Amino acid sequence: MGKYILRRLLIALPSLLGISLILFVLLALAPGDPFGELATNSNIPPEVRAALRVKFGIDDPILIRYLRWLAAMLQGDWGFSFASRIDVDKLILQRVPTTLFVVGSSQLLALVVALPVGVYAAMRPYSIFDQIANTFAFIGFSLPTFFTGLLLILIFSINLGWLPFVYRADIAATGWQWAFEYFKQAIMPITVLGLFQAASYTRYVRSAVLDVIRLDYVTTARSKGLDESKVVIKHVVRNALIPVVTLVALQMPAVFGGAIITEQIFRIPGIGSLLIAAILANDTPVIMAVTFVFACLVVIFNLLADIIYGWLDPRISYR
Amino acid sequence: MQERELRNLIADVKTGQLSRRAFVQRMIAVGLTAPLAGMMLAQSGVPMAAAEIPYKPTKAGGGGVLKLLYWQAVTLLNPHFAIGTKDQEGSRIFYEPLAGWDAEGNLVAVLAAEIPTKDNDGLAEDGRSVVWKLKRGVKWHDGKPFTADDVVFTWEYARTPETAAVSIGSYKDVKAEKVDDFTVRVTFAKPTPYWADAFVGVYGMILPKHLFADYIGAKSRDAPTNLKPVGTGPYLFVDFKPGDMVLAKRNPDYHVANRPYFDTLEVKGGGDAVSAARAVLQTGEYDYAWNMQVEDEILQKLEAGGKGRVNINLSGNVEFIMLNATDPAVEVDGERASVKTRHPLFSDPAVRQAINLLIDRASIQKFIYGRAAVASANFLNNPERFRSKNTKFELNIEKANAILEAAGWKKGADGIRAKDGKALKFVYQTSINAPRQKTQAIIKQACQKAGIDVELKQVVGSVFFSSDTANPDTYPHFYCDAQMYNTTMPQPDPQIFMNQYLSWEIANKENKWQGRNVSRWQNKEYDAIYKQAEQELDAVKRAAMYIKLNDMVVGDNYIQPLLARSRVAALKNGLTAHLSGWDMDMWQLANWYREA
Repeated sequence: MGKYILRRLLIALPSLLGISLILFVLLALAPGDPFGELATNSNIPPEVRAALRVKFGIDDPILIRYLRWLAAMLQGDWGFSFASRIDVDKLILQRVPTTLFVVGSSQLLALVVALPVGVYAAMRPYSIFDQIANTFAFIGFSLPTFFTGLLLILIFSINLGWLPFVYRADIAATGWQWAFEYFKQAIMPITVLGLFQAASYTRYVRSAVLDVIRLDYVTTARSKGLDESKVVIKHVVRNALIPVVTLVALQMPAVFGGAIITEQIFRIPGIGSLLIAAILANDTPVIMAVTFVFACLVVIFNLLADIIYGWLDPRISYR
Repeated sequence: MQERELRNLIADVKTGQLSRRAFVQRMIAVGLTAPLAGMMLAQSGVPMAAAEIPYKPTKAGGGGVLKLLYWQAVTLLNPHFAIGTKDQEGSRIFYEPLAGWDAEGNLVAVLAAEIPTKDNDGLAEDGRSVVWKLKRGVKWHDGKPFTADDVVFTWEYARTPETAAVSIGSYKDVKAEKVDDFTVRVTFAKPTPYWADAFVGVYGMILPKHLFADYIGAKSRDAPTNLKPVGTGPYLFVDFKPGDMVLAKRNPDYHVANRPYFDTLEVKGGGDAVSAARAVLQTGEYDYAWNMQVEDEILQKLEAGGKGRVNINLSGNVEFIMLNATDPAVEVDGERASVKTRHPLFSDPAVRQAINLLIDRASIQKFIYGRAAVASANFLNNPERFRSKNTKFELNIEKANAILEAAGWKKGADGIRAKDGKALKFVYQTSINAPRQKTQAIIKQACQKAGIDVELKQVVGSVFFSSDTANPDTYPHFYCDAQMYNTTMPQPDPQIFMNQYLSWEIANKENKWQGRNVSRWQNKEYDAIYKQAEQELDAVKRAAMYIKLNDMVVGDNYIQPLLARSRVAALKNGLTAHLSGWDMDMWQLANWYREA
């Protein structure tokens, strides 16, 4: 087992290097200029722009810039934002709590909805409940979040005026007032993201449970005279959840990566909106850091998923 | 408009026959800016008569929270690093310049004790220096006194190239020296008629010497104060999350009595312009939203809800089309659109004149930009026409057809005109932006009716406006027949603005397309007058020269102005904000207040 993990980690290194190189070259070749806005401004002489380019090393050859970036990254220096003129890690760390809260709660909501609905639907396949659950699941993952988000804003903010649609990370209140306001503004984004995710989880849970529920050991358990709830919870769900756990583990990078579109619609100051703002401003160090961290998370959680899988299902062995 | 006419108008202002506002509007109409008009009046003995800024609250504080919404979030809070307007606005909450510009081109003192004039010995006769008297008793937010040292330091800081300040253009050619603790003299290398640049307006914000002294030059980016501003402004810094929000609270020691009115200030950023407009005009969640680049139709619908209103201010931004003077199809010495070539179609003045007649400016304003722009009177020289409020622009397809016909451009079987085997076809590019694409369509349609075939091309904004030397689709490359964009005039004085038609400023391969003359239009007389204007001390003569330069450019029809775009902000009902198109929206933040 230890050997397996070590081997996987060693394989992960070159793939991360490769990812970083591809990201860096793509960004370097992409059109756009972080100081483009200065170009249309007649008050700024071209020399200033040139000085800035030299200062941030934009005019050096790509490979040299990449090696410089890599060396800095290895020393824990994530780079320096062109647009904000501060260190990228500070910028990212400021955004992490909000993203963790919003996307994390939406994942929880998704699980809370998907588990019971999926299990119940699978226990009575093709019943009315199953049909309705399926229909909603299909609608749920067919509607993109930018649509449902705007729909909710239209209904709850503009027509009814119940909920604010501008998300604020700093609320100038304390105690219960603060918690209430925070909860109120988070309702819409969490609902939008959570229900979207719940729709696909429901489908997974349902099919996983369906696979297990027909197996012989379940019949054996029933014929032993165990009551139905015990059969389902102890014997069916436990085994059925193995693939679902893997799926959730693979979704974890998204919890850190944020939800780009939803964050933009509700003005949530998370990682996703940081990324989109950085892309629009051609702020390469920030884009690079965010995408690279995201890539690392994907690699790590893939590895974790594999390990968890083996731990849950001892039939799988690592060699 | 000749110098004599200008003098007559100024005389009318003096005797009261013409209002100051009307004069300023007329100057804007001929392509000058309100601040320049104000300078001209001041020099001719009409004092800057800034209207008293109305302010009703009788004590500071008590106004609760003021919530501002910027759909592009503030990303940094050092005014001398501010890349976009949003950052300048964010910085202006905390920092202040010596003076700012009001909507009618008056200089209004902020940190200055008074506006320099000849009468108070502020302005030297030879135009080589200006003396600023500073307001006494002003304190930085950390309690240290504000003195001439800070002003001189700001000059030193901004002019050092290694600092990489965006304001360097205003400071590199001047010299600032301390006369005494509250007096600063700014000296110019040559006679400078437009003296109110350094320490004034957008690029004039003063930094505290005691906090930035160690961070001048290459170390500038390490200054902790870059993220935690300590200024002299009406609000104190509380918290800042780059790209998200700025929080501030009332400065109890503000240097103007009874101000500011609000207890706390919250600036939220991000999202898009339309929903920002909604948050102010429809739901009233916010008090103010910046830069409403939203179709007027939508704004009007939102305003109908009665929760807020839209505030429109004239500014110096012009949306215009430029026709290429050189041939983008031919490559000479490794570059296209070389000055060694001439455009096969546009070199014929008849074609340019016809195109001018085919631009339906009135419809473009009416149907696309609405209240956010005025069909451009800018660049035009007939004062008679500006007296009428509804300036008519000629859209005359018959006349355009007649001109082309007379010049020998005959319609072929396909309905496209041609002459000497050259078909009247050209490519017209702009950035991707809904109003621009609609404008393109309107012009293409009219051209079709006159037998001109226009191919439309759109380039993503981030490419079009970049300075990437390797990309042929950027606007300075101009590897295209015609292009359209919005030119901003951040500087109230036209001197820098007008350098974009000088022959030595032509963008080419040699200067990596950094030259400012993108159209490649050149004219010896223009160059000569420009040089003369640089030295001219008489504000009126100088203004007349700039008007002449404008006329030369536009009269030749290579440059076709479309609209003067306005600055649009959304305000919640009850809020009084004093906005000016010639300074930042935050320029009078201390005087904002709310009435129930």
